[in-house]
Amino acid sequence: MVALTPSAPTRARASRRSRRTTLIAWGFAAPFVILFLVFMAGPIVASFFMSFTDLTTRDLQTPFNVNVVGFENYAKLFDDPRFLRSLLNTAAFVLVGVPLTMALALAVALALNTGISKFRTVFRVGYYAPVVTSIVAIAIVWRFILQPDGLLNAFLGWFGITGPDWLQSTTWALPSLILMAVWRNIGTLMVIFLAGLQGVPKEHHEAAMVDGANAFQRFGSITLPAMRPTLLFAAVITGIGYLQFFEEPFVMTRGGPLDSTLSTAMYTYNQFGFGNYSYASAASYVLFLAIVVLSLIQFRFLGRKD
Amino acid sequence: MTRTRTRWWLYVVLVLGLVAMVMPFVWMILGSFKTTAEIRQYPTNFWPIDPTLDNYAQLFGRLDFTAFFTNSIIVAFFVTAGNIVFSSMVGYALAKLEFRGKKLLFAVVLSTLMVPGVVTFVPLFVLTANLGLVNSYPGLILPFLITPLGVFLMRQFMLSLPDDIIEAARIDGAGEWRIFLRVIMPLCGPAVATLTILTFLGSWNNFLWPLVVATTEDKYTLPVALALYSVGQNAAQYGLMMAGAVVVVVPVLLIFVVLQRYFVQGIALTGIK
Repeated sequence: MVALTPSAPTRARASRRSRRTTLIAWGFAAPFVILFLVFMAGPIVASFFMSFTDLTTRDLQTPFNVNVVGFENYAKLFDDPRFLRSLLNTAAFVLVGVPLTMALALAVALALNTGISKFRTVFRVGYYAPVVTSIVAIAIVWRFILQPDGLLNAFLGWFGITGPDWLQSTTWALPSLILMAVWRNIGTLMVIFLAGLQGVPKEHHEAAMVDGANAFQRFGSITLPAMRPTLLFAAVITGIGYLQFFEEPFVMTRGGPLDSTLSTAMYTYNQFGFGNYSYASAASYVLFLAIVVLSLIQFRFLGRKD
Repeated sequence: MTRTRTRWWLYVVLVLGLVAMVMPFVWMILGSFKTTAEIRQYPTNFWPIDPTLDNYAQLFGRLDFTAFFTNSIIVAFFVTAGNIVFSSMVGYALAKLEFRGKKLLFAVVLSTLMVPGVVTFVPLFVLTANLGLVNSYPGLILPFLITPLGVFLMRQFMLSLPDDIIEAARIDGAGEWRIFLRVIMPLCGPAVATLTILTFLGSWNNFLWPLVVATTEDKYTLPVALALYSVGQNAAQYGLMMAGAVVVVVPVLLIFVVLQRYFVQGIALTGIK
């Protein structure tokens, strides 16, 4: 029988051992913890405090010698029509881009999972390939594809459609960037959805088929509910990624025409470039807050039934 | 009967989708071999009529893409090495050791998994400037030596290793460092392979931070050089820009096609069901 209460010396030895283990464990964690505090946690906190000061490029060598200005930076931000425009563009990018990417990726995943038996690897590799590529590089390629005499308009020409000058049009520039982002991100969600579909119980589908449910009914009442956690995860990571879109306008439109593709991340970068460090920090914190809020909303919305 | 037809249509739709996915890459590669004169024509030819290597010659001659390529490799190498070493160490502590503060440490790792670079780059730049590291390799590398995702990945994998082998080693009198190096790490091959690929790729494609911290050409990484040239005076040089994109994208695509199972494994290992 094991004694329920260990004797005093045993307890002392156990606690000495656990102290020793704690020391060793933090030894393992030390390099990570130090780098993390200096290059990640530090800047996250510093960014918050900086947003309440008037730090500019002139204070670079003396970052603690600044004035506290309270909410002035935030007040200025929400007074700037360009910042508001950037928020609107970013919101549109997320609200259109996320559902579109998810729907297409889910369709591809379902097709690969149920409909076909050959060439699955070829399809999977092909659809996933854009994910591994540099956004800067493919944005350049897409910039040429979307030119008035580019590949896309040549293709539309086969059907008698005269395509617009996509990137120079205030109407079409943002949708063009969304289209490219969808193209690049389908692969990630496809792989996640394929993994999620493995977790949908096959017996449920068979039972529903016996009951005469058609494919759409089975998808709505069996596949979708079983996929809820996966969909939630996919929505959160895609939304968080899209909230930060930056390379696309930087390379393809420089935020134009007339700020129609100016994203909040790009606005932040521009302000940083002008040397307005604390103002840029405030803008980045608005974006950060949006990221946190988005995660919470999506958790609530998709997690309703759990 | 109906079932066969449905599948047939699925193949058609999937193949059309595949063409749309792959076409930009094909267009990029073909464009990189076209002359400026050929590109100016409308409608543009699909295949280059008069294929030329001039774009690549300019890229590595007039523009210093050899240096940018080298910079990208150097940065990615150190970032990857740092992530493997440090993530494995914390991962071992989090997965296999009981210690005070473990829950807090893991919670911190989890909560910063999704903190975007755009939130931290301004203070990070102020810090880097005060350390005198702007426009240097350490400035490019240090902030990325650790990633919460790497820690998470290594912890998840190590959790799946049986405790018995560790207990056995402890009974044999091995210390924790010895166990970590001789028992645990040799079993972590798949996780390390996945982490290597993900980190290398992340570093290779990274843009915002190198853009901010590399202030002269000799420290540009490939994406920075490509982006800045693409909006500068070379912007209209279609073939040149396409060749630049090829240099950034094609090595990565080749690695992906060869090692694709590790990419998929990465998604599985980070705990997504």
